[in-house]
Amino acid sequence: MITLPALRDPAVELFLGIGAVLLIATVVGRVLAWTTQPAKRATIDNLNARINAWWVMALLVGIAFAFGKSGVLVLFFLVSLLALREFITLLPTRSGDYWVLVAAFYLVLPIQYVLVGIEWYGLFSIFIPVYGFLLLPILAAGGGDTTRFLERAAKVQWGLMICVFCISHVPALLALRIAGYEHRNLLLIAFLVIVVQSSDVLQYVWGKLCGRHLIAPKLSPSKTWEGFAGGIASATLLGGLLWWITPFPFWGALVMALVINLMGFLGGLVMSAIKRDRGIKDWGHMIEGHGGVLDRLDSVCFAAPVFFHLTRYFMT
Amino acid sequence: MLEKLIARSLSGFIHLLTGSRAFWSEALAPAPRVYYGNHSSHGDFVLIWSALPAALRKQARPVAAAEYWRRGALRRYLIRRVFHGVLIEREAEHRNEDPIALMAAAIESGSALILFPEGTRNMGDGLLPFKSGLYHLANQCPKLELVPVWLENIKRVMPKGRLIPLPLLCTAHFGAPLRLAEGEDRHAFLERARDALLALAPEAA
Repeated sequence: MITLPALRDPAVELFLGIGAVLLIATVVGRVLAWTTQPAKRATIDNLNARINAWWVMALLVGIAFAFGKSGVLVLFFLVSLLALREFITLLPTRSGDYWVLVAAFYLVLPIQYVLVGIEWYGLFSIFIPVYGFLLLPILAAGGGDTTRFLERAAKVQWGLMICVFCISHVPALLALRIAGYEHRNLLLIAFLVIVVQSSDVLQYVWGKLCGRHLIAPKLSPSKTWEGFAGGIASATLLGGLLWWITPFPFWGALVMALVINLMGFLGGLVMSAIKRDRGIKDWGHMIEGHGGVLDRLDSVCFAAPVFFHLTRYFMT
Repeated sequence: MLEKLIARSLSGFIHLLTGSRAFWSEALAPAPRVYYGNHSSHGDFVLIWSALPAALRKQARPVAAAEYWRRGALRRYLIRRVFHGVLIEREAEHRNEDPIALMAAAIESGSALILFPEGTRNMGDGLLPFKSGLYHLANQCPKLELVPVWLENIKRVMPKGRLIPLPLLCTAHFGAPLRLAEGEDRHAFLERARDALLALAPEAA
């Protein structure tokens, strides 16, 4: 049965708000494109490509939310699959890893999402760190190739931890039973995603406007102290102002947003370090202007498990 | 009709699985042409075939080993009816038809060929030495263009002898066309063609 959501539903209000922000961004981007000389347009063109991609991403999340829990599970399952594909593509494995990769893609990934779906907390929170960690190297040993064995086993495990385990903690938020917050857990996901993503965007904006001093020149050519401070501060404030969609009071939402933003920022640095080591700029090319799925989600990967466990500890 | 649907679904499946992307060094119009690539998987020719723009795809036919593709009804159906392959016999001693004549006839009738001059699927890195067919064909068809196509990663998607394909990203790099030069000998030409293909490979290979 399809029930039309009421306009006063917080989720609908949120999406209307996001739509309004994107609309303003789109108008600003188009005006900038008109008023900038073609020779200096590269940054503006990239900005507009990013804004267009944001429309698509917001729409996809909106559609997933409309289908409720199953929609969110399917969305993040696909996101994990795409992220793992980018990760494994860029970290060379050998032919002896064939069965390990078959197991990673076709067993571990779907099983993790089934466990999240049936809300078996005791197993989904250790499935990859314990069972994946022990069983995949056994399959690798069966492949009989000892060249760089530990390195290869570590790469696959790392890929699964980042792309599957960490990302699956976003839909896992639906499994939390918080008193007085029943049937509203989708908003917890909205809170996490909005805070992390706005932090990325605001760091980018602050960095472009007044970024001077590189924060980690060896890891990232674009992250500056100014972008970091301005972005984290403004995204944390935004998180606090969204307290009404969370089970937290204003101060709680503020602190949660700060933790999320710091984890997201540091996660971005870690993922940058891996990219620099591989000599690449982006994980992939799937999202116009942004790079790959992992480029957009690196901060979510690091923020989601911590947000999940803090919320679980304090609220249930 | 059904054959077109199968061809489309196979290339759609490969595209979905590998997120395949194509890079062109220049835009090409239909012409007497051979696309030659590095060979590591049965997915290779489908990847090249589906990377081609519609106008080029219509005239493209893969050159395939008769010994392999004549075995079994499904293989025969796929290579003949779906992909319109040009089947050649690799082993000279058991040969009934001259492979060069078959390929030249296909070129003269307006087709473009997809060819893997290593002659077999390469399990290692880099490129095996080229078979001389590429040279003999260029010699017979003077206007023939040869376009190198480097396929990245498909070896990891469908390793030789494995059934389950892995979802990993693949790319096809199309290089600039080259032609047999006046008086160029077999060895020099094959070396030049091989270097042009290797030059398209990203750093590692």
